[in-house]
Amino acid sequence: MEHHDNQQHLISYGTYITVWLSLLILTGLTVAVAGVHLGKYNVFIALLVAAFKSSLVLLYFMHLRYENRLFHAMFLVVLFTITVIVALTYVDTLAR
Amino acid sequence: MSQATAQNIPLSFYEEKSAYPGIFAWIFSTDHKRIGLLYMFTILSFFLFGMSMGFLIRLEKMFPGGQFFQPATYNALFTIHGVVMIFLFVIPGIPAVFGNFILPIQLGAEDVAFPRLNLLSWWLLVIGALVIFLSLFTGSKLPDTGWTFYAPYNTITTANIPMAVFGAFLVGFSSILTGLNFITTVHRLRAKGMTFFRMPLFAWSIYATAWIQILATPVVGITLLLVIAERFLGVGVFNPSKSGDPLMYQHLFWIYSHPAVYIMVLPAMGIVSDIIPTFCKKPIFGYKAIAFSSMSIAFIGYLVWGHHMFTSGMADLARVVFSFLTFFVAVPTAIKIFNWTATLYKGSIELRAPMLFALSFIFLFSIGGLTGVMLGTLNLDLHLHDTSFVVAHFHYTIFGGFGFALFGGIHYWFPKMFGKMYNETRAKWAWLLLFIGFNMTYFPLFLAGLEGMPRRYYDYLPKFAPYHFWSTIGSWIMISGILFMFGNLLHGLLRGEKADDNPWGGSTLEWQVPSPPPLVNFTTPPVVNKDPYDFSDILKKRNSSPTPQDQEDKGGQ
Ligand SMILES: [Cu+2]
Repeated sequence: MEHHDNQQHLISYGTYITVWLSLLILTGLTVAVAGVHLGKYNVFIALLVAAFKSSLVLLYFMHLRYENRLFHAMFLVVLFTITVIVALTYVDTLAR
Repeated sequence: MSQATAQNIPLSFYEEKSAYPGIFAWIFSTDHKRIGLLYMFTILSFFLFGMSMGFLIRLEKMFPGGQFFQPATYNALFTIHGVVMIFLFVIPGIPAVFGNFILPIQLGAEDVAFPRLNLLSWWLLVIGALVIFLSLFTGSKLPDTGWTFYAPYNTITTANIPMAVFGAFLVGFSSILTGLNFITTVHRLRAKGMTFFRMPLFAWSIYATAWIQILATPVVGITLLLVIAERFLGVGVFNPSKSGDPLMYQHLFWIYSHPAVYIMVLPAMGIVSDIIPTFCKKPIFGYKAIAFSSMSIAFIGYLVWGHHMFTSGMADLARVVFSFLTFFVAVPTAIKIFNWTATLYKGSIELRAPMLFALSFIFLFSIGGLTGVMLGTLNLDLHLHDTSFVVAHFHYTIFGGFGFALFGGIHYWFPKMFGKMYNETRAKWAWLLLFIGFNMTYFPLFLAGLEGMPRRYYDYLPKFAPYHFWSTIGSWIMISGILFMFGNLLHGLLRGEKADDNPWGGSTLEWQVPSPPPLVNFTTPPVVNKDPYDFSDILKKRNSSPTPQDQEDKGGQ
């Protein structure tokens, strides 16, 4: 297994603020879309935006972007599992 | 046989000085071995409690009509039996006991990756259990929802469901932390030379289980919090009268609870995969196939939860899709069963006590698994759903699977954990009682279920009477077997002879450390340079120094 260094990555305030602002904008988007009637697509858009937001938090605020490849793979496994679970739930709720 | 002749034997972890006196040396210890034993005594106490509830359920149903309890008390009995057995015994189960005690030693590590977090997991389990027991006596009646806490009844019954559910939430948290600990341990703390494909299959199964613990448990955690929110904040999530969707509760509950079946059974399969080669003295057949089947069971387990909901009013499309996907789970399980059987082929089989448990696991779990495929078949399930056929099926998988493997594991690692040996003849008799009693208790329920006996019913039609009568008699035999087994183990613990470091001739790392192991497990860090089930050294040693048994055999020729 490759050597893992404990060196801290410094992220500039600029990046943090940009991420924070995009999170705010995306929250606004979620609220705005909830007001428009798009039927079943409402849920898809809400989920997509939420997934994008949590990825931003994980990648920048939680430094996942600067971590070992293994952690990226593990994160993708989690994301994939959740996608599959949500999709299978909709096989019921959309067809009911 | 024992190699520790001249060299200094280090102090065992029991003898090591602790910073705390008396019992505090245990409940504040961060040593994985002490925590494993703490878990063992905790969950076995819950098991004995749950078993008494089961005994009372069977007693009530011995004859048609009311016998000893009111119908409401009966509803509480099966609820408490289910909640205690599932959440407090089977879910922590094998990972908590042997994942803690054995896994780090099998990997050649000193401890788990996060020892303090490990202790916190045990405390969370104990606190969660206290909350659950407190919930029994703080509502206006005993909980009567069944262990599944189905909506919308869970939000309108006057039993203290929010508290029970919060207890289950805490127990779930304990499970998540345990899983996190084991994944990190497997990735970070393997000894030099211990590659992924040199890990014993028990370690593989704990690794696969840990992924389910981390990924599935949060779903039920959030669901249980939503139940609490619905009750106290009036949010309409599951209750249709508040425009909630009761089916969504079933979805969320089973998204966790189906994979949770593999939290229970995968480690059991891991134990069996370790016991069988040891008592065949032969490398396991299809090592990689078994390792990968553990991982694929962990994944496919996420795709099939809808098979619990065929009669719930779910969409037809979903019913067909879930029934189809359910058949796939049988494939990796069958791979394991074929590989175990192939390992037995031409092995020099010793029918020692742990081996008897492992072999009966294969037999009972096959019955449980195949009846599971029957239940996963959509049209058949419409007839069998909510009958005692389901009760028999899951007792064959959970008790026949998990239970027999846990008891097998206790008999297998007992000399390692305590440095003492139990009486093996008595252990075999206990196993026989347990095995006969088990089949007598649960097999009649298959037959009654096929004829339409509903589950969770207080009373029944006279035509079901013989099934229930013999099932109750069987439960007495089974319970005597269990009590005899624990009595024998306790006697071994107190009065047993000193055990060898490697009494069974096992090949994995835990058999190369003293029994009981020293605090740091390995006095010199181990270097691994062979496969986990390579018995060539052990067989060579056996052949060069014949045991008295061998000499007797030769004398007779
Ligand atoms: Cu299931």
